[in-house]
Amino acid sequence: MSQSTSVNEAVLAVESPSPNKGITALVTPTTPLGFWIYLMTDCVLFATLFATFAVLRHNTNGGPGGDELFSLPYVLAETLILLTSSFTCGLAMVATHAKRRNWTIALMAITALLGAAFLYLELHEFAHLAAEGNNWQRSGFLSAFFTLVGTHGLHITIGLLWIGVMLINIARQGLTASHIRRLGLLSMFWHFLDIVWIFIFTFVYLVGASGV
Amino acid sequence: MRRTLSYIAGFVLSIILTMVAYAIVVNHYVVGWAAVFSLVGLAVVQLLVQLLFFLHLSRHGEANNRLLLFDFTLIVVIIVVAGSLWIMHNLHYNTEPQVEVLEEHIVHDEGVKPQH
Repeated sequence: MSQSTSVNEAVLAVESPSPNKGITALVTPTTPLGFWIYLMTDCVLFATLFATFAVLRHNTNGGPGGDELFSLPYVLAETLILLTSSFTCGLAMVATHAKRRNWTIALMAITALLGAAFLYLELHEFAHLAAEGNNWQRSGFLSAFFTLVGTHGLHITIGLLWIGVMLINIARQGLTASHIRRLGLLSMFWHFLDIVWIFIFTFVYLVGASGV
Repeated sequence: MRRTLSYIAGFVLSIILTMVAYAIVVNHYVVGWAAVFSLVGLAVVQLLVQLLFFLHLSRHGEANNRLLLFDFTLIVVIIVVAGSLWIMHNLHYNTEPQVEVLEEHIVHDEGVKPQH
């Protein structure tokens, strides 16, 4: 592996176990900033979904509203699980920067398990709603609900896939420079999803339960 | 160690803020719009907690760029959300499907006297 640094860029040889040995890739330290810009656009996306939900929150088409449909203890469990997964993800980053490979793997695996538990609870809630006829076609309120919460759930799913890929990569190749960089992006992504969930929890479930 | 403490502090604060919000709604300590404002306040505080303790946003060093981008995004978000709510409320008000409610808007809010 050869390294040389100039003022604005670092050139790192990409470690790879197979035919592309020795190929160098230009890795600038601006990748986290670029990923942050993507997260900001994701923020605007969620903002539009929140705005839609806020506008449609009373359009229940004669059907049930948030106060009737949502179980607050259940949602609290989801919230605490996702929050804990964000915490373990943070600890995983501490382990990564300390170059502790096994701790990184363990903590990211715990993060994934908690994320999977969250997703399971969410899908269970969706299935329960749909089984009673309260699917996204029932009313504008439910359309907005499923779109907003479903989009967040889709992000979580992709995050779980990403964690899985990273776990395999780190197990096989160790904490290489590019894996460390990618873990940083992944943890930004995961923290961001928990932040979005704070607002879903507050506006969809808690405020919904208040009937305002 | 400092980073670890940062995550622990963020975690504990977030749990507290979540539980307070939950308690307010479940026990009806506050109701109606007052409840909404308290919940929004708690959510915003938890947002700041997680931005600081989990995402390490700050005005120092490299994180300053991210903070700047976040501020811009926040402006866009506020315009999108507040603007949508304002416009849709206005639209709903002006295209009320129930005739009685619409006439009440015209007579009481717009000051137009009824002709019959």
